[in-house]
Amino acid sequence: MTTIDITEQGLRYLNETLQQQSAGTNQKEWDIINPRGSHAIAVGLDAPIQVTVNGSTGYYCGGMNKQASITIKGSAGPGVAENMSSGMVVVEGDASQYAGATGRGGTLVIRGNAASRCGISMKGIDIIVAGNIGHMSAFMAQKGNLVVLGDAGEALGDSLYEARLFVRGSVKSLGADCIEKDMTEAHIKQLAELLERADMDADPAQFRRYGSARQLYHFDVDNVSAY
Amino acid sequence: MTDAKKPDTPRTEPVQSATFTKSVNAEIRRAADTGIYDIRGGGAKRSVPHFDDLLFLGASISRYPLEGYREKCATNVTLGTRFAKKPIELDIPITIAGMSFGALSGAAKEGLGRGATAAGTSTTTGDGGMTEEERGHSKMLVYQYLPSRYGMNPDDLRRCDAIEVVVGQGAKPGGGGMLLGQKISDRVADMRDLPAGIDQRSACRHPDWTGPDDLEIKILELREITGWEKPIYIKVGGARPYFDTALAVKAGADVVVLDGMQGGTAATQDVFIEHVGIPTLACIRPAVQALQDLGMHRKVQLIVSGGIRNGADVAKALALGADAVSIGTAALIAMGDNDPKWEDEYQKLGTTAGAYDDWHEGRDPAGITTQDPELAARLDPIQAGKRLANYLKVMTLEAQTIARACGKSHVHNLEPEDLCALTIEAAAMARVPLAGTEWIPGKGI
Repeated sequence: MTTIDITEQGLRYLNETLQQQSAGTNQKEWDIINPRGSHAIAVGLDAPIQVTVNGSTGYYCGGMNKQASITIKGSAGPGVAENMSSGMVVVEGDASQYAGATGRGGTLVIRGNAASRCGISMKGIDIIVAGNIGHMSAFMAQKGNLVVLGDAGEALGDSLYEARLFVRGSVKSLGADCIEKDMTEAHIKQLAELLERADMDADPAQFRRYGSARQLYHFDVDNVSAY
Repeated sequence: MTDAKKPDTPRTEPVQSATFTKSVNAEIRRAADTGIYDIRGGGAKRSVPHFDDLLFLGASISRYPLEGYREKCATNVTLGTRFAKKPIELDIPITIAGMSFGALSGAAKEGLGRGATAAGTSTTTGDGGMTEEERGHSKMLVYQYLPSRYGMNPDDLRRCDAIEVVVGQGAKPGGGGMLLGQKISDRVADMRDLPAGIDQRSACRHPDWTGPDDLEIKILELREITGWEKPIYIKVGGARPYFDTALAVKAGADVVVLDGMQGGTAATQDVFIEHVGIPTLACIRPAVQALQDLGMHRKVQLIVSGGIRNGADVAKALALGADAVSIGTAALIAMGDNDPKWEDEYQKLGTTAGAYDDWHEGRDPAGITTQDPELAARLDPIQAGKRLANYLKVMTLEAQTIARACGKSHVHNLEPEDLCALTIEAAAMARVPLAGTEWIPGKGI
């Protein structure tokens, strides 16, 4: 275990040090102290290391992550794990807007609630939220899975492409072209795997699945009222 | 009617309306037929005050010129000197603007890279990510960071030479994009994480930041990911150039890219292209003023684009205070876009060489704005690259010719004092005197 104090050693030192870790590094565990809401903590990592951030973070913690496993022992500011392509980011508290935005892969786990636009434009990431998510979540979501154990706000999945949305609680409203879809055995199996990966205890059978009606995939003048 | 005019009574000659012109009426009929607005590529086609409305004064008794072919007139420019550890060094002040793989074929992107590299300048990716063709053939490659984030990844961020955060573009400030399904080949679809064959929207706003304060943090993140090496550009469409430039500087830009309404797009509504945004000529002085007011002129570099066609345009943009210019449409034309040799095929598409702008349909006879393998095969990337390099060379020689005539040993030494305007509009926009007068409209005299 190596400790980095952001207040003492600075953000540049922190990111440079973590980014320099290679696949075979012996320094697998990193403890970050005094984050004090700093922005861009542990961004651009690309090694199988475990990073624990002891406190809350500002914008874009874990941005563009590859391989690394990052745990935030606090809440995360906007854009946590944005554009992540692999690895895992866990937020033990709540996450602000655009959590997991444009994420291409890997897993984002939020143990509290997520604010608006969770999973916006997601491109393959799996996001599992223990609490509720805010309005316009999964807007223009392309690929991947968004799992919500609580409730979803207004306009869930607006202009959705091929991402899958699983919600256990209520959905205030669905966005344009987002519809409820059947839960097949395959979906339940996939959801069970996602819940297990996030270490969350919930019955997959209690969830409903939402996805794209695919009516807006080709521009059609008769659909203008939907845009 | 029995009281009809007698055949020998003089008649009023039929007069076409200046308001309801033939093309206006045709568009009304087209809209009535289809119920949908017109989508096209390119930039504003309407006539607006432009660089042609400016003239250089040249040397005279009070100024002496430099000898052509003998006395040096440098053209190099360094971009990204403010924060980046590795600024970009260009041999010429003309760069290639962002155009996507998707909108353009892979071979066209390769041609742009080859031409730019041979001329000692940079080229730019576009919405859709970085291809191996363009990275491999571009010595200096600017990687666009766009709202859609199609193809965005940290590895490409690290192997580019500069990052351009795209806020907007001149053809459509405030607009996103739409790549129609017929251009979405399997390869394009895969790079964008979407199913093949469907219409792909490119968002108009970034998904994870809004406003200059957020943008400052986003730039911090990009710098942290890339070790503060890469110059970071912010590209904006010509809308409120004074404030946009000031806010880009505030957000931490190394370079501001300002694109006027003549700047092209792959596809958007014609009404958007022609009616939103301001001319390139009107963008430059407010942007330079903002940089000067902040003490950042020449420290944060300004790249101007939108309707740059020749060395005179380059020289005029630099004289007004830009550090470099960028070309898109002109580069495509140099490679063969809208060439009259394809006239028969343009006619079949209901258009004519020079007017073809349905780039979004993917049926480009010149094989540039297409993903159709047969059409794309018409463009030889090596030949296209040579043509582009030649054209860039000519533009540079032209700019040098003008600069020497004005007595400048570097094209950056050109200044507004070297210019006058042919029209009151251009004089007001460029803030240079009307030719033969000392009058600069708006200067309060």
